[in-house]
Amino acid sequence: MADWEVVIGLEIHAQLATRSKIFSGAATAYGAPPNSQASLVDLAYPGVLPVLNAEAVRMAVKFGLAIGAKVAERSIFARKNYFYPDLPKGYQISQYEHPVVEQGSLAIVLDDGVVKTVGITRAHLEEDAGKSLHEGLAHASGIDLNRAGTPLLEIVSEPDMRSAKEAVAYMKKVHTLVRYLEICDGNMQEGSFRCDANVSVRRRGQQKFGTRAEIKNLNSFRFVEKAIQYEVARQIELIESGGKVVQETRLYDSDKHETRSMRSKEEANDYRYFPDPDLLPLEIDPAFIAEVRSTLPELPDEKAARFATQFGLSPYDAGVLSASRELGAYFEAVVAAVGAANAKLAANWVMGELSSALNRDGLEIGASRVAPSALAGLLARILDATISGKIAKEVFESMWAEGSDADAIIAAKGLKQITDGGAIEAVIVQIIAANPKQLAEYRAGNDKLFRFFVGQVMKATQGKANPAQVDDLLKQKLS
Amino acid sequence: MLHDLSIGALADLLGRGKLSSVELTRHFLGRIERYDPALNSLITATADQALAAAADADRRLQRGESGPLLGIPLIHKDIFCTEGVRTSCGSRMLDNFVAPYDATVVERLRAAGGVMLGKANMDEFAMGSSNETSYYGPVKNPWDTSKVPGGSSGGSAAATAARLAPYATGTDTGGSIRQPAALTGVTGIKPTYGRVSRYGIVAFASSLDQAGVFARSAADAATVLQAMAGFDPRDSTSVDVPVPDYGAALAQTLAGLKIGLLAEFFDGLEARNVALIEAALAVYRSLGAETVDVSLPHLPLSVPTYYVVAPAECSSNLSRFDGVRFGYRCEAPKDLMDLYKRSRGEGFGPEVKRRIMTGTYVLSAGYFDAYYLKAQKARQLITDEFRAAFTQVDLLLGPTTPTPAFALGAKVDDPITMYLNDIYTIGANLAGLPGLSMPCGTIDGLPMGLQLIGPHFAEARVLNAAHQYQLATDWHLRAPRGYE
Repeated sequence: MADWEVVIGLEIHAQLATRSKIFSGAATAYGAPPNSQASLVDLAYPGVLPVLNAEAVRMAVKFGLAIGAKVAERSIFARKNYFYPDLPKGYQISQYEHPVVEQGSLAIVLDDGVVKTVGITRAHLEEDAGKSLHEGLAHASGIDLNRAGTPLLEIVSEPDMRSAKEAVAYMKKVHTLVRYLEICDGNMQEGSFRCDANVSVRRRGQQKFGTRAEIKNLNSFRFVEKAIQYEVARQIELIESGGKVVQETRLYDSDKHETRSMRSKEEANDYRYFPDPDLLPLEIDPAFIAEVRSTLPELPDEKAARFATQFGLSPYDAGVLSASRELGAYFEAVVAAVGAANAKLAANWVMGELSSALNRDGLEIGASRVAPSALAGLLARILDATISGKIAKEVFESMWAEGSDADAIIAAKGLKQITDGGAIEAVIVQIIAANPKQLAEYRAGNDKLFRFFVGQVMKATQGKANPAQVDDLLKQKLS
Repeated sequence: MLHDLSIGALADLLGRGKLSSVELTRHFLGRIERYDPALNSLITATADQALAAAADADRRLQRGESGPLLGIPLIHKDIFCTEGVRTSCGSRMLDNFVAPYDATVVERLRAAGGVMLGKANMDEFAMGSSNETSYYGPVKNPWDTSKVPGGSSGGSAAATAARLAPYATGTDTGGSIRQPAALTGVTGIKPTYGRVSRYGIVAFASSLDQAGVFARSAADAATVLQAMAGFDPRDSTSVDVPVPDYGAALAQTLAGLKIGLLAEFFDGLEARNVALIEAALAVYRSLGAETVDVSLPHLPLSVPTYYVVAPAECSSNLSRFDGVRFGYRCEAPKDLMDLYKRSRGEGFGPEVKRRIMTGTYVLSAGYFDAYYLKAQKARQLITDEFRAAFTQVDLLLGPTTPTPAFALGAKVDDPITMYLNDIYTIGANLAGLPGLSMPCGTIDGLPMGLQLIGPHFAEARVLNAAHQYQLATDWHLRAPRGYE
């Protein structure tokens, strides 16, 4: 394995979040009854013609600008010809020689913190095909054309990735970006975001790329990682045992975690691409590009950099908190309430308690049961020493469960921190008196027993004693 | 007789209440019943719908509505989708196909009060120059029923010539309006590419197809084109250029009009054909026009260029006929591949298959550059040469066809000879220019056509020049014997 270098390029298909299809007025909503969202254009009736959806173009341009790419002033829709029942026209309208977006890039952060730039060769607009349904039908196949004509942006990377982990990091980066731009809902289960992986291996130091296999239709980050790992191992084993990798299309079996040959290069279709005479060349003028540029949101990298400098967060924290627009907005709302000086505390809570509660309940940040203002209210009680961090976790759980605010819960449950030195001291005196054996051992040099006394005091005060005061007073009394 | 009257004259009678649309419609339905069994110009007659539409038009007329086409019958080429009425495109493949929508042209003429009498026979999928490739059998030429009417809009041409309707629609991809208009002695115009919407026209070659009109005069054609033309947001290749008043332009003088004579059109032209054109030029000179010799050196490449581009596009356009969603499906397919192979093998006729195979070949890996790409370059050269010519002249004039109507069966087994019928018409399609054919005399008793080609969107000028010629001559008024 150490002798081998892995080379990966991804073709990501992002379904654009337009309301209607790319060449017809039919709706694109997911999950409708079969063929209820297929117009005459989607069904390829004789005589019908495609009309380009301007919104899809706007979204493609948005993506192009966000990856620093060239937006082509003139791009061309071509026909990719092949027969399949879920392809009603017998050709797919796609962009071939002249895509709308060319030469962009995205930076990914590797595990060791190194930043790597992945080149994006092109991104082009195309229509999705329908679906063939084989289940529950004897001696027949069903066809659902609801998805036919759904707009896709195919994002093609350079073969710049060198491991399955890098490929996943890149795919996640694109996933974050398309959701930031609000051009794709990123729903991988519904197939709104999926990819094909081109994988090859070569001996370290070798210049020429090895023969690649293309693994089709990977629709989860985990599958991408597993499929590439399997494929890399397969190719190395094959070559090392004297075999040769053949150029082919492979399918990933997510049950067995293996890839299987689908068709070889020789069996591949000759797609007979040619410009679609039903559509004029797509011309995009600079004013339109400028207008789209003015609508771009703050991008993930920009937001992360700002969080790091403005709030003094680590690059890792800044990255996590900018992973989605909604999460970033939530965090910033909390910081706005508690003050930038306390941003680190806010970050810890958003990434800690809040994220685990969201994960546990399977909720998106937008559906959080604790609003930013409520979380800020809780943090304010930590900051003014009304409660300890430990009690705060308990309060948070109640807030999450009941939806009420921190102050109400603190009052109702009597969780207010004990900061009266006299009261704490009285408890300490009692504890020491009740544990003479431990006192003797401590005084004989067993320092570890200090935590025992802290624990006893906190237990006696139901955790409400101010921890710093407990520490100070215990040290005095035990010495 | 009613069937000799111009559209203008009929509209006048209808408008003044001297004639009802139902009466007029019955008259033409009667002629169809009488003459069409011998001509086979219609695939589907729609008498009941026609009478209902006529009654509706009469109600509109009675309400005081008026319009140049309100209550006037017509025939649509069976390539235009018509809601509720079969659209066969001359093919077994669509023998059972009833479109759930109207083509834009159909919608516009319906809105104008047109009364559809039926759907005209045509070469299968508009591929042919003799109307012999139709699944529904050949159309006969009313001038001589042993002769072809031309194609692919042969039914529309024959029906117009035989006075079965005041006008008919057609489509022209390589001459499919102008060539049959010439061979049947009627006026046919193919507008600029993009002038009339292609929405709802079963596609043959998308970059060349254009809808137009068959009528008995340029004036009638102008009236119909006025209603058909205009931008359609459903067709991305239709052009948003205002439609001028074609009728108003008809009367303009031709004094000073510069008519270009293409050297390539006269090279090798038969003497009798030359003589007809010379006679027509004499008329034009008498009307004040002057002639200029021009040359388009690459025009002779038109036919080979066309027979790469058109098949390439058709091979892709016809992929949708796969037996899955509509149209012909073979009996008891074994599997998917069998379904495809037999549905297409049984549903398409030989000429369509020939073009699909040619088109598939020229787009294939390894041949694309040598054929498709080279043809596109030739097309560009031809277009550029036309544009250059139109900086010197206002119109180009020449023959429409090399010969008059030929005998049924004479060329059907010889595709190359058949393709050469379109030698004078294809250029206008490749360049997207408006072209018109009108009768200018006869050879061996059969009508011959004179072709006018104009610059892009100069339909008004083309119609004006044709109308002025028709004011000075009477070729366009002659009816085939037996159909007067």
